[in-house]
Order: sequence, then structure tokens, then C-alpha cells
Amino acid sequence: MKKHIISYAHIKQNQVSVNGTIMFSAAPSTTLPEFLTELYKSMGISYPKFHKMDALCKLGILCTEFALKDTTFLADNPLNKIAVVLSNASSSLETDRRHQQAIDDKSNYFPSPTVFVYTLPNIIIGEIAIKYKITGENAFFVSEKFDAGLLVSYTEALFSEQTQAAVCGWIEVDNGAYEAFIFLTEIQENTNKNTNFKPLNQLTVIELYNQTIWTH
Amino acid sequence: MVFTSYSNIISPLGFSTKENYEAVCASKTGIKKILFPFSAEPFCVGKIDEITIQKHLLSIANSEAYTKLEQLSIMSIQDVIDQSGIDAKDKRNLLIYSTTKGNIDILEGAYKNIDANRAYLPVFAKQLQTYFKFAHTPVVLSNACISGILAIIVAKRFIEQGTYDTVIVCGGDLLSEFTVSGFKSFSALSNEPSRPFDTDRVGINLGEAVASILITNNKELATPYNMQVISGASANDANHISGPSRTGEGLYQSLQYTLEGKNTRDIGFISAHGTATPFNDEMESIAFERAGLSTVPVNSLKGYYGHTLGAAGVLETILSLESLKHQRLIKSEGYHKKGVSGNITMIETHEPKTFSAFIKTASGFGGCNAAALFAKV
Amino acid sequence: MDALIEKLKGQIIEQLNLVELKPEEINPDSPLFGEGLGLDSIDALELIVLLEKHYGIKIEDPKDGKTIFQSIRTMAEYIKAQGKS
Repeated sequence: MKKHIISYAHIKQNQVSVNGTIMFSAAPSTTLPEFLTELYKSMGISYPKFHKMDALCKLGILCTEFALKDTTFLADNPLNKIAVVLSNASSSLETDRRHQQAIDDKSNYFPSPTVFVYTLPNIIIGEIAIKYKITGENAFFVSEKFDAGLLVSYTEALFSEQTQAAVCGWIEVDNGAYEAFIFLTEIQENTNKNTNFKPLNQLTVIELYNQTIWTH
Repeated sequence: MVFTSYSNIISPLGFSTKENYEAVCASKTGIKKILFPFSAEPFCVGKIDEITIQKHLLSIANSEAYTKLEQLSIMSIQDVIDQSGIDAKDKRNLLIYSTTKGNIDILEGAYKNIDANRAYLPVFAKQLQTYFKFAHTPVVLSNACISGILAIIVAKRFIEQGTYDTVIVCGGDLLSEFTVSGFKSFSALSNEPSRPFDTDRVGINLGEAVASILITNNKELATPYNMQVISGASANDANHISGPSRTGEGLYQSLQYTLEGKNTRDIGFISAHGTATPFNDEMESIAFERAGLSTVPVNSLKGYYGHTLGAAGVLETILSLESLKHQRLIKSEGYHKKGVSGNITMIETHEPKTFSAFIKTASGFGGCNAAALFAKV
Repeated sequence: MDALIEKLKGQIIEQLNLVELKPEEINPDSPLFGEGLGLDSIDALELIVLLEKHYGIKIEDPKDGKTIFQSIRTMAEYIKAQGKS
């Protein structure tokens, strides 16, 4: 019985890398909202809910979609035993600022429930759960930098209970700057499944996180 | 085994666990009507008295260098360290901080001489680490309204894994115009004291609190209490980001994992989330019935404190542990007549009872749910 | 009335971020929730904000939304009845 990382996706600097290889690239001058729309269109999916999300959730959904692409992760694992363990540095501050602006102006006072609901970082976990019908464990950690040790150690702890697989990573948006890194990990009874799979441990996660050679 | 140990609660009802437990047993509530600048009518909220905070601040050196949430958190954590005598610098110790909004009052422009970067949760947590000289960077958990109870479950998992021996779990959130206006835009607030599970419930009262508890594998620290965290789990409804599942799916699943293979006969009560919104309480009642818990008495402590967000799960667990220690059930304040369709039994008066375990649950935005089982050793 | 309906379509698309929809694709008589436009409970709250922001109409009890927000036409009729169009 082994714990493996079966796929990973990384989005930053207007590029998308899947399993270490750059798959999509937009002009460096593209803003985050433009980039997210462009990326969504390039994927040929129809998910009207996407347009209602804040940037953090859009980024998280797209990165997860890339990580899942060409895998049998959702079919291989019971959906109620897949955990979602995410993290970032800025929590939901990007959207917090929008809600705060809406309430600062007392003469034009219309706080939006759609904005307010996104003033929690774990809403991205909810969006991933809804899109892929995943109902397992949830946790959203907020740390200064991408903390592979925390994610691996907590996921290992989950694997010692009912959890059999996990969507893990980092989804950060702050003042237009952003980065997303998602890896899929699962417990495998049959270790011969695919020799390309990486073992789940802190060093491997750091290696995969630093693997892509960004061309921008 | 993972034990629960020393604790502290700072709330409108007092600055220690003892003060809070006694206030609740005397049916005092921390809920008052306060007028907010954006609304013509006042809302019922739980707010900690500023003058009382100032009095307690005398114990903190250089207290003006800290935000309100930092001050309250320092007081709460200090109380737990003082009672237990643990060494904050010990490498086997960890702080887990549970919050939804942290220093949200920085966004509102509440401070002149505080670095605005402390609105970032890791920077906020760093203040606490520096103050107490914790060996490790605190772990910050922000998972909506299940943050508090999930933080206790996370602490248990890290201890069982052997990563740490003792974890201080601290949960805190302020009452802010930010959250009040947001929940108002959701039509989720009640102008009157909230009435969890009642037929006339209309919504939430928001509150503020900081609560801390020691979770440990150290038998000596556990001895005065003799209580343990047996099990716990979280699950997602995968249904809607703000509306709870009609069938209570995620909460039901959390309860299933938490109670799997456990003896449910000794469970004296359930400390529910019970926010007093029409949909939340209805969902909980359905999940409790589905989990076979219809005859287990239920309370919600929101009637005493309002919803204290990231603090709620920690605060409500601490009071429930006191309830277990004193073998007394705490009545569900604000409840008069059943207003949910699930078959559940509410606690309508404070009453003595012989029991050895209880369940704590929570549910929140993002479709998240959590449950944990606590018992005497 | 038709002008108000067209105006509402644009406002709803904007307020609810229905970017994949064009105004001409929306039938003013089809249900806003469930089968029709497939709006959800947050959208309903957002429509309350829309009425207040653009038409100065306050709906205090969200339950009233059920009858008002059946379709774009019922919304328009409600705005007219309030004398706010």
C-alpha cells in the first residue's frame, strides 16, 4: 500500500504547467481577470457558475481541472473519501477588500451577498466539492509561503483514517498577483499501476513545485 | 490517547472558562441591541465590553502595540499557559489558530499605528508567536464556521501522528461591521435574541469571543480533567456554497465517521451548531435524525453568545466539556417550540444528568461540516 | 413595459454575472429559478439588492421574493406597481 502523487498542475505568470510541462501560455501583459477568462475559454468547458466566482475560486477550479485532466482519479476513488486540503497566504483578502469598499461608502451602500460569500478562503473547497461531487474531509490552512511539509503531514494524517485520496495545494490571489499549485494524491493497493507516479513526501512535493521552467 | 485540558474563554460573559460556565448556568446572555451606522434599526449582537477589556489589558506588556484580536488572543493563550505551566518554547508544542476574519478591523481603518499587513493571517499569527516565543510558526486554519471544531480535530490528528505532544487551540473572531453587513445582505440576521431550532427563529445574532484549549497526549496535563477527544471528521455537502444541504448530507457523513464503531449509549447530549437561521437548523435536525440521534438531547449555545464564527467551535466545546465535568445539561437558550422537521430532542431546562460523552457539531459556508466526539477517560 | 423588461434583462445579466447569456436569449416569461435561468438562493438575494440599487425598492422579507421573482415579467410588473419604473 503506497501513497502516490498521480498528477499536478501549476499556474503562474500567465502560464499553465501540467506534470512539469507548460501547456498554455498567455501574453505576460494579460491581467488576471483576462487570463482567467482566456484560460477558461481555451478549455472548452461549459460551467456557467464559473463566471460568478471570485478570482481565487476561478483560479482554483481551473488549476484543479488541469490536474484532473487525463487522470482516472475521480473514478478510482470513492468521492466521499477524497479530501480537499488547500492553503494560501492571503486568505480571501482580495475579495474582503471589495466587500469593505462596498460598505465604506455610506451614500452608495449596497453590499453584495455574492461578494460576501467569497470572503472566506474555504469557499474554493466548496466550489471544487460541488464541481466534482467530492464530499470528503476539508481543511484550509493559511501560511506565509507554500508549506509542503504542512500539506503532506496533514494529508498523511488523513490517510491514517477514512480518507483514501486528496486534492491538495496552494491557491493564492493578492492585489493582482497570483499562483496556484494543485497535486492529486491517493493510496494505492496495486503499486504496479504506473511507475511514473511519485511518492507522497515533503521533498517530492517541493521538487514538483519547483520543477517547471517558466518561459515568461 | 488525546486529552483535553486547561482552557479559557473571553466573551461578553466573562474572561475565564469558570466565569463563562457560571454565567451560562445562570441563564445570562451576552446578547444586546446595538445600532450600526448602516441600518435604521438596531441588531442584537454579542460584544465584549471595552472597559472590561481595558482592565484586563494591564496584564499585557506594551499592549497598545497590538490589535484588539491580538490582545484578546494573548490574554486567552496566556491564561492557558499559566494554568498548565507548559513551556511555550518547547519544540513539542504547537499553536493552532482558528479564525475566519482575523484582524478584520484593520480593513475598517481602526488603527493608526498598526502595520496594515497584520490583516494577513500569517502576519497576525506571527505576532502571537513572537509574544510567546513559540518554537513553531502557528498553524492558521480558516474554514468558515467549522474552523474551531476542525482545529481541535487537526490538533488531535497531529498529536496522534506524533508530530506534536501538546497543541494550544485558540479560536477568535471580532464583531465587525464587515460581517454584520455581509450577513445582513444575506437576510440572515435577527433583530431580536436568536432562537435556535425554535419555530419563530428568523436568523443569527453575531458575536465576538476568543477561546483557547490545550489538547495533549500528556497524562499529567490531562489529570485534572480526565477527558479525551475520541474521534472527529469533516465532510462537504458538495451542494451549494451558501445554502446547507436539504438532506444534511455532509453533517450526516461527519457524524457517521465520528460515531463509527463507538458506543452511542453514553452520549449525554449534542452541542449543535444551531445558528437559528431557518435553513441551518432544519438541516441539522434532519442530519441528527438520520444519524439515529433523535433521543439524544440537543442544545445550541448561540442563544448565549451569538455566532462567534472562528471562535464558536472552540468556545462551545469548552463549555460542553464543563457540562460533562459537572454532569449538567445546559439548556438551549431561546428555544420554546420545535420548529424543525427532523425528529430531535431539545434541552429545555438546565438539568443534572449522568453521562460520559457528548458530540460537538458545526456547519458552514462552502458546504463544510464537522463533528467530534468527546468523552471521560 | 417592454422597455422595462429589456432594461431588467441587462441589469440581471450584469448583476448576476450571467456572461454566457445574451438578453435576446432570455424569455421574459420563463422561470428565473430552477428550470428556466437556473438561478440559486444567492442570486435571489442579489436580485433584492438590484431592486434596491436601481429602483429604490426595499424587500424586507426575502419570502416576498418568491412571487416577485417568478419571471422577468413579474419583476417588471412589481416595479411598475410600486410606481418606480
